[in-house]
Amino acid sequence: MSLAETLTDIRARADWAALPRALPFARMLGLRVEVRGESFTCVMPFEQKLIGNPALPALHGGAIGGYMECAGILHLLWSSEALAVPKTIDFTIDYLLSGRPQDTYANVYPIKLGKRVSNLRIEAWQTAPAKPIAVAVMNMLMR
Amino acid sequence: MTDHNHPEAWNQFLAIAPYTGLLRMEAASASDSGCVIALPYHDDLVGDPDSGVLHGGAITALMDVCFGFSVYFRTRKFVPMATLDLRIDYLRPAQPHRKVYATANCYKLTQDLAFVRGHAYDDASDNPISTSVGIFMFTAGKPAFTETKKSS
Repeated sequence: MSLAETLTDIRARADWAALPRALPFARMLGLRVEVRGESFTCVMPFEQKLIGNPALPALHGGAIGGYMECAGILHLLWSSEALAVPKTIDFTIDYLLSGRPQDTYANVYPIKLGKRVSNLRIEAWQTAPAKPIAVAVMNMLMR
Repeated sequence: MTDHNHPEAWNQFLAIAPYTGLLRMEAASASDSGCVIALPYHDDLVGDPDSGVLHGGAITALMDVCFGFSVYFRTRKFVPMATLDLRIDYLRPAQPHRKVYATANCYKLTQDLAFVRGHAYDDASDNPISTSVGIFMFTAGKPAFTETKKSS
């Protein structure tokens, strides 16, 4: 099944739990998508393989960054009618706290949804949404 | 960090982190001008199943690791630090089934911060996939490192 067919099928059945399985990288990170009404959340359940510093221990910064970029893409595939993966133009992340060995949540805020370019802000948090461990902004080329 | 010119020295650091193992990162080469980290292509890392192009998130991890090493390359000793920020501009998609390489230069050190820039490429270093800048913060107070090398 092509990605376009998979996306059409997921949208027809509103089977958003299947969305991360459509992208190999999201599947590797074990991402989960939870949609309740108009609210979209992407979760990265803790796994040992995501650790970067075993001494602390802390999640790898690259795992947090990759997860947030992926959350942004999944959000666009949920909120738009795109039948192809939008291309990342740039991705900027600020790390605020070290990632603890526990589940991480991402809230995605679409700042601008354009025909050509969309701009998203993503906040990743663990203990409370008001205490983000990282914030990111990305520009995406829509296709 | 006496054998910083040997890739094996960097592979020992890569082996510490489960996530770099998951992505199968390896030190490709090391010399006085820095080290090159390689990210082998793998189906798990694909971001666009239609084209087979790697997910940007895999490049993010590669740059974060390579940037961190470039700081150690400059300080010549282990100093606890954390990534403060990282920006990646994607110039073109990585070619499917090709290994991606990253190289970086720590061009400024202060008592608190390290400033790094670098890029990722597959076929040739002068044809980048992405360019990046980042800032690292030393987390264990003022580091007592001695500068041994000017940025090239």
